[in-house]
This record gives sequence, C-alpha cells and structure tokens, in this order.
Amino acid sequence: MKALINMLTRLGRGSLFLIKILAGIPQLFLRFNLVIRQVYSVGVQTLLIILVAGLFVGMVLALQLHYTLTTFGAEDTLGLLVDLSLVRELGPVVAALLFAGRAGSALTAEIGLMKATEQLSGLEMMAVDPIERIIAPRFLAGFLSLPLLAAIFSAVGILGGYMVGVDLLGVDSGAFWSQIQAKVDFYDDVLNGVIKSIVFGFIVSWIAVFEGYDCVPTSEGVASATTRTVVHSSLAVLGMDFVLTAIMFN
Amino acid sequence: MFKSIELSVGIFVGAGLAALFMLAMQASNLSSLSSDGFYEVSARFDNIGGLRVKSAVKVSGVKVGQVKEIDYDSSTFEAVVTMQVEEKYSQFPRDTIASIFTSGLLGEQYVALEPGGDEKLLENQSEIRLTQSAMVLEQLIGQFLFSKASEEKDAPF
Repeated sequence: MKALINMLTRLGRGSLFLIKILAGIPQLFLRFNLVIRQVYSVGVQTLLIILVAGLFVGMVLALQLHYTLTTFGAEDTLGLLVDLSLVRELGPVVAALLFAGRAGSALTAEIGLMKATEQLSGLEMMAVDPIERIIAPRFLAGFLSLPLLAAIFSAVGILGGYMVGVDLLGVDSGAFWSQIQAKVDFYDDVLNGVIKSIVFGFIVSWIAVFEGYDCVPTSEGVASATTRTVVHSSLAVLGMDFVLTAIMFN
Repeated sequence: MFKSIELSVGIFVGAGLAALFMLAMQASNLSSLSSDGFYEVSARFDNIGGLRVKSAVKVSGVKVGQVKEIDYDSSTFEAVVTMQVEEKYSQFPRDTIASIFTSGLLGEQYVALEPGGDEKLLENQSEIRLTQSAMVLEQLIGQFLFSKASEEKDAPF
C-alpha cells in the first residue's frame, strides 16, 4: 500500500515536472545554442551505435528471413519484409532502447551529479531557473534527436538488408526494390513509424531528466537513478509500442 | 569549439532528414504515387473474392489506379467497388469490362480493365456495366469434381 502511494506520488511529481519543462521550452528559442550543444551530446554521439546496430539488424533480418522464404520460393519479398519490419517496429523500438541506454542514462547521471554537487541549487541561488536552463534543453534535444536516429536506423538497416540479400544471397535487385515500392505505404507505414519514434523520444527524455532531477543526491542515489532510467524507459517503450501498434496497424 | 559542434549537429540533422527522404522516395510507394488528379469509376460485382482497398487497377498489366472503396449494396446483393484512375488514363470507352483477376497462382487480387469499342468515354463518377467476378478456388475445384463425376457416369462401359 505504501509502495503504491509512493509510486503515485512520483508519477504526480513527474507530471508536474513535465508541465514545468513544457512551459520552459518557448524560452529556449531565444537561447537555441543550449539546445544545439545538447543535440550534440545526445544525438550526434549516439549516431555511431545507431549506425552499427542498424546495419547489423538489417543484415541479420535478411539472413534469417531469406532462410525461411526460400522454403516457399518467395525470396523476392525479402526486401519488403526487411523494410516493413524495420520501418514499423524495429527502427523506432531498437533505436529507442539504444537511445535509452546510451543517451538517457548519460542525461540522468549528468543531472543527478549536478544535483549531488549542488550545482542546481547554486543556479537557483543566482535566480536562474535550473529547469529552464538545464532540464528543458536536454529534454528538447532528446525529443528532437530520436526521430532522426530512428529514421537513420531504418535506412541503414534496409541498406544492410540489401547488402546481404542482394550481394550475398543473390536475391534480384529489381525485385528487392520493386516489391518495397509496391507494398510499403508512405503514410500508413513510414509516417506511423516516425510518429512512434516521436512518442518514444518524448517518453525516454522525460523519464531520463525526471530521474536525474528527482534522484537522491548521493553517489548511490545517482547510480540507482541511472539504472531506473534505463529499466523504466525500456519497459515504457516496449509497452507503449504495443499500444501504438494496436492503434495504428489494426 | 562551438563551431565544430554546430557543424556536427548540422551533419546529424542532415543525415536524419536524408534518411527520412530515402525512406519516403526509395523505400515506400510515395515515388510511385502520381501527383496528377484522379477520376472515379465504380463497378458492381457478384463476388470480389480477396479484393481490398488499395488493390491495383490495371489495364494490359499496367497499373493505372487503385481501389478506393468497397461497399455492399443490400438492395441488389452486390459488391460496389469504387476505383480511382489517374487522370492521364482517362480514355476508356463506356463498354469497358472490369474483371477481378489474381496475379500469379496465389497472389493478390486486382481489378483488370479491358477497353471495349464504344466511342463514348467513361466519365468521372460513372459506372462500369460489364463486370466479371473473382474466381473462387473452392468453387473451381467443386465444378471440376462435379464435371468429372458426371463424365464418369456417362462413360460407356
């Protein structure tokens, strides 16, 4: 019972915190340099892991699907299957999970450490609102970066699938692309995937900055807050993915 | 220092937009959708089989449009299929035949238009009178077995 009340209290605190962040975002357009700096540490530095992971996920998908498809003589649909699974599911979801591990944890640790070393209270003493100055740029940067990362993940994955499917396994190159262009719908498949990644970016960034801001200001507290960020945002992404898929692709 | 950060963020955003562009143009149907206008014709079928919204409409095997809407008319007990055909292929005679075919043996179904010889042309919102329903595999097998059985009965032993 007490645990439930604690949980609800945290949820309420998180929601109020989110409202404060959203209220602070319009101010950021006056100081956009802050956001650019954060897009660098949140987005650009996550790029490498996204590129490598996307390439390998696409290549493994092509290998696995080719194995099954040859038993039905349907290798020509390989490109379509790789494209659909990446654009609809794996692109947004795996990019969000990697993003939570690579960028979300870093956000929490950074903000948590700022709190533990009393930098946040220092800012408040100087009448600078830490939510406006520290939290909101990080939240906005995460929210903007993930859709781009997910799109890059899907595109690289399709290229990886092409490399394995066409160059290695000998699927016809024309069939690979023509099946994709005939069956993948831009609005139903690609745009819905982008909407998914926007929702995931919102959730992961929110959880990451909230856990950092709300952590117990000790080294132990920062450590457990970082762990919670990764665990909670991964679970939230997977759960939300089920809900969004059920709504979008019904 | 900040200049190089700005540059790498610019490259990142550019790469993200390029990836989206590639997904749109190369990896989805956006490039094959025509930006021209469409005009609509409808046709009535006894049975549409596995035809669905967005199935292709083809003439001589060339895709000229897609199925926009499928409805059921409960007064005539027929399926009403509304098709969008691209404006540039607007030269169909009024006695065009619409049939539902299957691409390949078990592939998906599409509407095939076969132009007739009438001098008047199909207009927007008009209806194709001559239609041929989808083949249902079970019915075909049933007919085949039936004719086989009656053959054997007539056979002069």
